[in-house]
Amino acid sequence: MTTTDPYAGERLKRTAFYARAKELNIRDAWAAWNGYKFAEYYYDAEYEYFCVRNTCATYDICPMQKYEIKGRDAEAMLNRMVTRDVKKIGLNRVAYCVWCTDEGRMIDDGTIFKLADDRFMLTCGSPCTAWLEMSVFGFDDVTVTDVTDDIAALSLQGPTSCATLKKMGLQGIDTAKPFDILYFPFQGDTLMVSRTGFTGDLGYELWIKKDLAIEMWDELYAAGDDYGIQPFGEAATNMARLEAAFIMPAMEFNEALRTVNFEHDQTPFELSLGWLVDFKKPHFSGRSALLKEKQRGPKYTLTKLDIEGNRPAAGSYIYSSKLCTKEIGYVTSAMWSPSVKANIALAMIKTDYLEGNLWAEIYYEKELRQYSRVARCTRKTKPFWAPARARATPPPDH
Amino acid sequence: MDHYDSIIIGAGHNGLVAAAYLARSGQQVLLLEAADVCGGLGRKREFHPGFQGSVAHSVSHFSSKIANDLSLSSFGYESPTNSLATVGLSSDGQHTVVKDGRVEGVGEKDAAAYQEYRRQMRRFADALSPFWLKTIPRIGSAGMSDLMTFGHLGLNIRKLGKKDMREFMRIATLPVRDLMDENFENDILKTTLGWDGLIGSKLAPRSPNSAVLAMLYRMAGESEGTHAIPAGGVAGLIDALCQSAKASGAEIRHSAAVSRILIEGGADGLVATGVQLADGQKIMASRVVSSADPKSTFFNLVGVEHLDIGFTNRIRRLRCDGYVGKLHLALNGAPEFAGLDKADGRMIIAPKLDAIEFAYDDAKYGECSRNPVMEIVVPSLHDASLAPENQHVLSAHVMYVPHKLQGGWTDAARVAIGDRAIETIAQYAPNIRAQIIHSEFLTPADLEADYGVTGGHWHHTEMAVDQMLMMRPTYEAAQYGTPVPGLYLCGAGSHPGGDITGNAGHNAAQEILR
Repeated sequence: MTTTDPYAGERLKRTAFYARAKELNIRDAWAAWNGYKFAEYYYDAEYEYFCVRNTCATYDICPMQKYEIKGRDAEAMLNRMVTRDVKKIGLNRVAYCVWCTDEGRMIDDGTIFKLADDRFMLTCGSPCTAWLEMSVFGFDDVTVTDVTDDIAALSLQGPTSCATLKKMGLQGIDTAKPFDILYFPFQGDTLMVSRTGFTGDLGYELWIKKDLAIEMWDELYAAGDDYGIQPFGEAATNMARLEAAFIMPAMEFNEALRTVNFEHDQTPFELSLGWLVDFKKPHFSGRSALLKEKQRGPKYTLTKLDIEGNRPAAGSYIYSSKLCTKEIGYVTSAMWSPSVKANIALAMIKTDYLEGNLWAEIYYEKELRQYSRVARCTRKTKPFWAPARARATPPPDH
Repeated sequence: MDHYDSIIIGAGHNGLVAAAYLARSGQQVLLLEAADVCGGLGRKREFHPGFQGSVAHSVSHFSSKIANDLSLSSFGYESPTNSLATVGLSSDGQHTVVKDGRVEGVGEKDAAAYQEYRRQMRRFADALSPFWLKTIPRIGSAGMSDLMTFGHLGLNIRKLGKKDMREFMRIATLPVRDLMDENFENDILKTTLGWDGLIGSKLAPRSPNSAVLAMLYRMAGESEGTHAIPAGGVAGLIDALCQSAKASGAEIRHSAAVSRILIEGGADGLVATGVQLADGQKIMASRVVSSADPKSTFFNLVGVEHLDIGFTNRIRRLRCDGYVGKLHLALNGAPEFAGLDKADGRMIIAPKLDAIEFAYDDAKYGECSRNPVMEIVVPSLHDASLAPENQHVLSAHVMYVPHKLQGGWTDAARVAIGDRAIETIAQYAPNIRAQIIHSEFLTPADLEADYGVTGGHWHHTEMAVDQMLMMRPTYEAAQYGTPVPGLYLCGAGSHPGGDITGNAGHNAAQEILR
C-alpha cells in the first residue's frame, strides 16, 4: 500500500477493532496507549462504568504489550525475572506478577499466561523489550517475540459477561475459574479466553488472531445485545480498577526504569504487593534487596482510604492531624465510588504513621472559586469493590 | 579432605598468590587448575622440543611486598636486578634505547625532556602506588578504613603540589598520542615510551580513556616500570609461587577443570558451597575464590539464573576482546638485529605512533594489521635453560590481532599473520628466516581456547577508566566479594587489573581474611 501521508509513521496506530470502535466512539474522545489510538471514552465515562458494573462492556486491550516467551528455558528465565514462583503456575492458568530491578524497585506489573510447559505469554502496560532482552541473556533456549501487533485482545467485563459468552456459543465457559484459560474453535481458528480483567468484577479477556478480530467483535456484540453490551474506555476502566484497588503505572507507581530521582519509584512491599514476593522460590532479580526491605519494613505503604464527605481527594496530602502540621503521605488516586457509595482513595502513607490518625487536605473548585477542607480518613483492608460473582464458579446466570 | 576453607579456581599467578596467603593464615586451601601445569598465561610452554616460552614473557611490576610476604626468594625467585633496556628499533639501525633512567639515540632536546617527563611520571606513579595493593572501597561506604583509603588517595594527589596535581588531573585519561607529542620529537622515542600504555588493550595512541593511567600502573614499585626476565623466565616466578603456596599447606590439583560453582539457596538467599569438576566430582568449601575472568566466572561457572539481571548485564557488557597475538620462534642461533650488539633488551617495532594507529585501525574492523607492531624479547639470552645450547627462543607480543577476525580464525589466517609478523621482524633482523627451526603463532582465539580466558584478553577485561578501581569489574563485585555470598574474585578482572603483579590475588586474600 502506498501512502502520500508524510506523517504516516508518526500517526497513532489503529487497533484491530478500530473499524467498530470508531463507529461507537460518538464523542471522538481518543487518547493514546502504546502508540495506538485508544478510546478515553465512547459516549460517557460514567455510563460506561455503570455498564461494567451492571451489564457488561468491552475494553480494547490490543495496545497492551504482549510477549510470547518460548523455549526449554522460558520458565527458568521468567522465574528469575519475576518475584512470584512461575513453577507454581498451572498449565492454562494466568498469574499476576511484578518484576523489579536489582535494587528491588518495581519495573512493571503484568500477567503471565502459561500456555504450555515451554510457552508463556507475558502482558504488561508498556514495552519491556530492553529488560526482557537483558533477562534472556545467559539462557540457552528461550526466545522472546513481541506479539502485540499479532493478537487482538478484548476485555469483556461485568455481571452479564459470562451469559454473553455462553450465548455466543462458548460452551463450558461457566466452568472457567478465575485465572483459567479456555480455548474455543472460532471460524477455523482458536479463540483463547481467560477469566481475567482489570475491573475487580466478573469478566473475561478474549484473545484471537488479528485477522479474525472484527468477526469476533460482531459475534460478541450480537450475543451481548440482550445483555446490555457496550464499549468502555480508559476513564471507566480507571474508575472500576480503583474500586478494586488495582494499581496503575504513573499513578500508584512509577516504573523504575523510567524513574530519575532516587527512590521515586516503589517496591512491591510499598505497594502492598508483598504477597507476590516469594522468598522460597529459586533466585530472582532483586531478591536480596527485597529481603532487606521486608525485614526493615517499607518506608511507605499503599493504603486504601475511605474519606468522609463526598469531595474526591485527588492529589491531596495526608497529615497525621487535622491541623495539617505533619505531612505523612499523598493520595495517588481518588474518586466518589458510585457502587460503594463512598469517597475512596489510594494513598502512599509513611508506614510509621499508618496506625495513627489520617487526615486528607482536599482542595476543590466551585464555580472558579477554590475551597479546601480537611477530612478524616479511615483505612480499609479489603478492596472497596469485591462482589462474590467475581470469584464464583460457575458465575450467577442471567 | 571433603571440606575446605577456600577453593581457588585457576592457578594463574593471582590464584597462586591468593592460595599462598590464605594457606599461610591457616586455612585449608584447595587450588584447582584445568591445565596440567600452574601459571595461566605465565605458564611454561614448550612450543618445540627443547624450546620453552610463556605467553607473558617478562615481569615489570611484580609486587615486592608479595615476594617478601611469601618468601619467594627461598623458592628460587629473586626480584630481577638487571632490567631490560627498552629498545625502539629503527630500520636504519639508529635505535632509541631507554635504560636506567636515561635515553640514548635521540637529540639533546628529547633527552632533556625525557628527564622531566620521567620525574613527573614517577611522582604520579608513586602517588598512586599504594592503591594497587588495597581494596578500593565502594562509593557511598562510610566505614572508617574505607574513608581512610579515599582520604589517603586524595591526600597523595594533593601532596603532588598544585602544579603537578593539575598536570596529573589533566593527563590521567589523555590519549598516549597527546602526551608523547607534547613532550617529544623523536618518533621512535614516542612509540617506545607510549607502548606501555597500549600493550594488551584495545587502545591505540589516539584513543581517549586510560592509556596514561595504565602506564602509571605499570610504573608502580621499585622497578619503575622497567621489564626483566627472572631466572627460569616467567615460569620461574610461577614455580616459586607454586612452591610457596604448597609449603604453606595449599593443596594444588592439576588437570582439574571446574565445570560449575555449586550454589545453594536458603531463606537468606544464595551461597556458594563448593565446586563441581568436569568429571562430576563435587568438592565443598566455605568459600570459592575464582581467578577466572568475570565472564567465565559468572556466566560459565555460576550461571545467570543465580544473578540479578542488572548485575548480569554489567558483566555482559565488559569489554573482553583480546588484541594481542603471540609469536614464538625457535632459532638455531641468537637473532641478529642490525645495529644491536645483542638482542637482550625489550625491543619495540613501531616506527611511529601512526604505525600503531593504523595497525589498530585494521584490527578494530576485524582484520589483521597489514603492518603489525610488536614487542620482542629473547628470553634464552637471559636464561640458557629455555632453549638447547646455542639455540634461542624469540618471543613477541604482536599487536593488533583481533579476537574476532572477520570470517573467523582458520589455520590459513593464523599462518598469514604469523608470516606477516616474521616478515616485519626480518626488516630489522634480515637473517631471521634462515634461523627459524620452528614457529608458532597464538591468536587471541587460541589464548581463549588454551588458557580459558574470555576473548583471549590478557587483562581479562579492558583496563579502561570505566572498568578500573571501584568499577572493576563492576560495582557490587569490585571489593572481591560478589553478590553471591561465599564467592570471591581474585583475578586480573578485579582491581587493580592485569599484568603479572599478584595484586588482585593479594587484595582478595586480605579481603577474605578481614
